[in-house]
Order: sequence, then structure tokens, then C-alpha cells
Amino acid sequence: MSEKVLMKGNEAIAEAAIMAGCRHYFGYPITPQTEIAAYMSKRMPKVGGVFLQAESEIAAINMVIGVSATGKRVMTSSSSPGISLKSEGLSYLAGCDLPALVVNIQRGGPGLGGIQPAQSDYWQAVRAAGHGDFRRIVLAPASVQEMVELTFKGFDLADKYRMTTLILADGTMGQMMEPVSLDMGEVTATEKSWALTGTKEARKPNIVNSLYLQPENLEKMNRERYERYQKVEENEVMFEQYLMDDAEICLVAFGVTARVSKNAVDIARQNGVKAGMIRPVTLWPFPKAALRKAAEKVKAFVSVELSMGQMIEDVELAIRCQKPVLLCSRAGGMITTPDDVLAKINEANEIGG
Amino acid sequence: MVVFEKPKALTDAVLSYCPGCTHGIIHRLVAEAIDELGIRGDTIGVAPVGCSVLAYNFFNVDMIQAAHGRAPAVATGIKRSDPSKIVFTYQGDGDLAAIGTAETVHAAARGENIVVIFVNNAIYGMTGGQLAPTSLPGMVTQTSPYGRDVENAGYPMKVCELLQNVDGAAYLERIAVNDIKNINKAKKAILKAFKNQVEGKGFSLVEVLSTCPTNWGLTPVKSLDWLRENMIPYYPLGVYKDKYAEKEESK
Amino acid sequence: MSEKRFLFAGFGGQGILFTGKYLAYEGLLQGKEVSWLPSYGPEMRGGTANCSVIISDTSIGSPIITTHDVLIAMNLPSLDKFEPETVEGGKIFVDSSLIGRKVARTDVDAYYIPATQLASDKNLPGLANMIILGNVIRQTGVMDVADLARAMRKIVSERRQDMIDLNIKAIELGYNYQ
Repeated sequence: MSEKVLMKGNEAIAEAAIMAGCRHYFGYPITPQTEIAAYMSKRMPKVGGVFLQAESEIAAINMVIGVSATGKRVMTSSSSPGISLKSEGLSYLAGCDLPALVVNIQRGGPGLGGIQPAQSDYWQAVRAAGHGDFRRIVLAPASVQEMVELTFKGFDLADKYRMTTLILADGTMGQMMEPVSLDMGEVTATEKSWALTGTKEARKPNIVNSLYLQPENLEKMNRERYERYQKVEENEVMFEQYLMDDAEICLVAFGVTARVSKNAVDIARQNGVKAGMIRPVTLWPFPKAALRKAAEKVKAFVSVELSMGQMIEDVELAIRCQKPVLLCSRAGGMITTPDDVLAKINEANEIGG
Repeated sequence: MVVFEKPKALTDAVLSYCPGCTHGIIHRLVAEAIDELGIRGDTIGVAPVGCSVLAYNFFNVDMIQAAHGRAPAVATGIKRSDPSKIVFTYQGDGDLAAIGTAETVHAAARGENIVVIFVNNAIYGMTGGQLAPTSLPGMVTQTSPYGRDVENAGYPMKVCELLQNVDGAAYLERIAVNDIKNINKAKKAILKAFKNQVEGKGFSLVEVLSTCPTNWGLTPVKSLDWLRENMIPYYPLGVYKDKYAEKEESK
Repeated sequence: MSEKRFLFAGFGGQGILFTGKYLAYEGLLQGKEVSWLPSYGPEMRGGTANCSVIISDTSIGSPIITTHDVLIAMNLPSLDKFEPETVEGGKIFVDSSLIGRKVARTDVDAYYIPATQLASDKNLPGLANMIILGNVIRQTGVMDVADLARAMRKIVSERRQDMIDLNIKAIELGYNYQ
């Protein structure tokens, strides 16, 4: 294994993308993700790649569409307000079945909001960004090492399923430094016979398109696409369980809040409360089965989020509201402390009887 | 014997444009340029949103359909991915000069080595005849029923004049397809734009004054007259910029 | 479980983030788990800056700390703000050339190093941060003084050997300050 280096989350994502064979990056400066663009501007020319600061987030995502249509790996990154602007392009990527990697280093919202960390783009990530029926793969790293691994894997998933992979992290994750191993192994090559590479007058033109004026055809396309999404749900769910074997209270948290929650679980257990945690790594597909299974055993759930409560709805859906689900929330750029979580664990313990 | 043949760079699909619409002529001129330069196998086109949204069915090259106004950004991605490909966008006035103004101006500013075919017929055709950024002052449309009031709706966008001051733009020419003489000039301009790209000269935009008989509410022939009498005076034809010609002259 | 949490705080431009990064790298080279988390945003440009560093024998849960074992305060607002968040029995290091007051807490160990003045006297411009770190190293034993150079080489380019030397000189000065 290669020597570990100390890297900022944002820079680790950028380097992992380069390792994954991404040679095209388009972006626009916005705090707290700007280090990704800065890193790419330094590295891309040295690896024969393209870094371009676009005139807008909208232009950046459309440049991504252009490169992806030619069959190459490509990415963009932004922070919350910028992702809103990219929403149109995210829908076109889905409608054209183009793979791409998009990173959202979240900050507090709505509107211009703030620049401190948040997880309030959960709904946007798993549901809302872009019009129409479609899904995207959403990966939520909880360490800088995972930012590397999930970026690398994110490109593979995007190519495999011809989907957008969204890395959903937050300002803390982007700014913090941790030791990382950059040993990722071989890049998976994917055949892309659909790509626009010029016909060479040897084949029929390839067309990348999301327009289907006949509703029958559009419905058919959507159904085919959802069959593919079904495979993603069957094969690609990722989550981590922490002390769940005998847990009576199940925390559900992703990203940085999962780190805070882990501390809270440890303290709760020292206090004699059997807490555990399920940490979704894929926010879509959501680890529904694992939660449903946990619901058979635990007394109550606590959804820990840096938002006013978004993922909690997916937790309730997953467990069909069989058990109480409490919300432990900070918002607007404020961070949950282990004490906050501990208080909710105790509250859940009492409700659960 | 001269046989009138369809250019190889057009497919056999029947054009979906209204009778008398000049899109057909412009498609043909673009296809002829591609054929003449022998670049069909290396060309990638970008279709817009608007009447020419289905252009991907008509050009016999690899094509992508872009979101409204974003064609120059998509083309930038394609060209940056593989600079050996010949990349063109085909856009209408609403696409290029309203919702996609930023993408247009910045692709020009970067001097992207692409061709932009800008079809200006002063109206939104596909949605049924609304005010375009290039609709003339006083022009009646569905959303300017009392005529374009510049106090309210502002003035038309003169794209070639606007881009003239953008250093990155290499070649800008406005042409019209209202008569044989102008169509011949248009053919030359479009060919030159593609040739520029083959030679790596940078951003070339050809603005084509075009008709919309359906939404103008005129016959095809009267539309051609209207174009000559109203559009050409407001949008003078000619070369607005030719970076390399200027350099030649200054030598 | 041994875990030490450091908080470096001062003005932007005092090298606060760099100092923390150096210490974090040293922790990494010792084979420990580490995390480094900066404050970010407009305050980086001239206002207050701080970063926390955790060095631990076991995997680190939350990288965000609400209390710390060691505080390095390089201006008065930082001491005012973070003194109360220092754990009982913790250590507070004060740049006494910039901070006029003493540490008010009696349940912590306080160390006063006129780091900015020393940097100026010894012609080590801008290295008050490393001088004070030198004293932190001595009082906490967080690293072996023989290893000063190895982490420095990870964060300062080899081409800037002069900078590596100057930084180490500054650390040694602070280490030996009585």
C-alpha cells in the first residue's frame, strides 16, 4: 500500500478523479468547494487534461454534457446554490443517459444562505435537482479516505449505469485534512459505443438526445431507464453498521454527522444505553432493507442531520413508520455536537419504553 | 450533365419545417460545406431548442441535442474533449441571443474553435410566434400584440455588432437567404466558418437572416420581401470581423 | 484510548493553519490517526483564524471539537474565546508579546512565550507560530525533537530548504525558551 498523505477533502476528491481517469473538469468558484477547482487548475495541465473555469455553473454542467457525450470521464463540482443552477443540466444528463460525476460540498441554505457546513441539500440530491422522472446515484463519504474511494467508485458506477453520480459532502468534509491512501488500483474501462466520436463514414450517426415527442416513446424510455435504476437498487446499496447487533436505539446519520454520532453512541453505551448506528453511504439507493431489518429489533430511531429534517422522511418510509423516529437537527451551518445526539438518544430510550 | 443531389451530410429524413421556411436552405448550405471540406466523418453537431431542435435527425453526422441556449457550452465540452473533431452549433435567435447569451458571448471570448450557425428570423417559431430578442421595434408578435415597445421590451439584440468587440471572436458575418445572390454569399460564409475551424482559427459565427412565414403571417414569397425591406436595414449584412483578414491587411 | 486535541487560534496571516498542518503531519508520520479542521470563510482573510488538530491512537470520531486539551492563543480575541473551552488540566500557550493579560483559569497550566518578539529579535520574520509550537512540543511531548524535519519536508517543498531550516530553527528556539 502506498504511503499515506495528509490531504484536504476537496483536494482528495480532485486527485481521486484524476486517478479515475477523469481528464476534464469544468467549474465555477464557490465556497466551500473552491479548492477542487484550484487543485484541478494546477494538476490538469500536468496530466494532459483540461481545466476550464466556466462563465457560470450552467455552462459548466453543459460542458460536462459535451465531454460525456464523447465518451470520456468528466466532472464538475460546486456548493449548494451552484448545484441549483446545474439542475437543468442534471436533468439533461439523465435524459441523455450520460455518465458524469458531480460533487456538492454543501453549505447552509436556502438562497445564498451561508458558507458553513450543512446537509440541507439532501432532498435536492436524492430527489429534486432537475425536472422529470429520473434518479441519480448519491454517495455520502464520511472521511477524507472515503472521499477518495467514493469518487473513484463513483466514476465506475456512472459509466456502468450511464447515470450521474453525485458526491454529497459538506463544508467540514471538504475543508478537513486526514491521512489518505491513494492506492486505488486499475481504472475500469467501459465500452461506449453510443459516444459521439465522429462516424468516420463507417457507421450511422450516433445521436445523444433527450427529446421524445411521441409520449409512447418517452414512456418506454422512462420505463427502460427505471429498469436500470432497479438494478442499481438491487446491487449498489452501501451502508455501514456500528454496534447494531444488540442496539435498542438506532441512529441514522451520514457524512460528518455520522462521525459525531459515533462519538455519541460510544458515550451512550458507557452510560448503559444500547445505541447503534446505520450510516447510509449511498443516499440513493437508500439502505431501506437494513433499516427495515433494524426496525424489527430496535425501540426507536434517531435521524441525525444538519438540516431541518430531510432524511428522516426516508427513514420513516423505509421502516413503514413501524417505530418512532426522532430528529436530531442543527441547521444553517451549525454543527451537531455529541451531547446533542446523546440527549436525543436518551429521549428515544424513554419514548421507546 | 449536372445532377442535383442531396448533400451527403444530410440524412434522408424529411425536413419537419413549415412550407417556405428557410431552415431547409440553411441546412443544405451547412451540409454542403461539410461535404466540400470532406469532414463528415469527423463532424459533431449540436442541435438547439427551437424550430431546429430536430436538426439531429437531418444532419448525417454525430449529433447531440442541447438544453435551451446551452449549445455553445456543450460544443465547448465536445471540442475540448477531442480538438480533432469539427464541432458546430445550429441555433435560433431565442436560443442564442436570449436564454443563451452568456454561453454565446463567453464561447466567443474564449475563442473556442467552433462554428456557430445563428439563424435569426426575429421570432420564436416553435412556441408559436412570440417576441424574440431580435424582433424588430414595433413588430407584432403573440407576446407583443401592440408591437414591440422598446420602452417596455427593450431593443433588439444585434449579435454580430455585440461580438465585434469580443477579442476572442475570429470571424463574424451576417448574411441572408432571401435571394440567389445572398444565398451564394451565405454559402461562402458558412464554408469559410467551417474552414476556419479546420485551420484552427477559432470562434466563427455566421448570422443568417431567415424567414418565418407561418408566424410572420405572410406567404413564403412575401416573407422574403419582408426580410429584405425590414430586417436587412436593421441588421446590415456583411463581415463584422475577420481577425485573420485584418492581420493580412495590416502586414 | 489516548487522544490529544489541539486548538491553534490567532489572526489570519500568523501561520495558524500551517502550524496545525505541520503537527498533524507529524502525527501521521508517527503512525497515529489524525485530523485537521480549519475555520473557513471570510475570517481567513485577515480576521481570526483557527484550526483544530486531533492526534489519536484509535480512529477519530468527530473531527469537530467543542473542547480541547491544548490551546495555542496568538491574539487576545482567541484567548478570550477559547480559554473557557479548554479542559480541566489542559494547557494554554500564550503569545505574551501580543496578549497583555494572564490566563484566568487556575485549573490549567499556562505558558507565556513572547513569540512575536522573539521572532523579531532573532530575525525569524513571521515564525512566531513555530516558536510557540516549539514550546508546545516541549511541554506536551507530542513529538520527539529529533524528528522536527521529517514533517516539515512533507509540507514545505524541498526547493525551499532555507524555509525548512528557518522553521526548524524557530521551533528549537521556542523549545529551549525558559
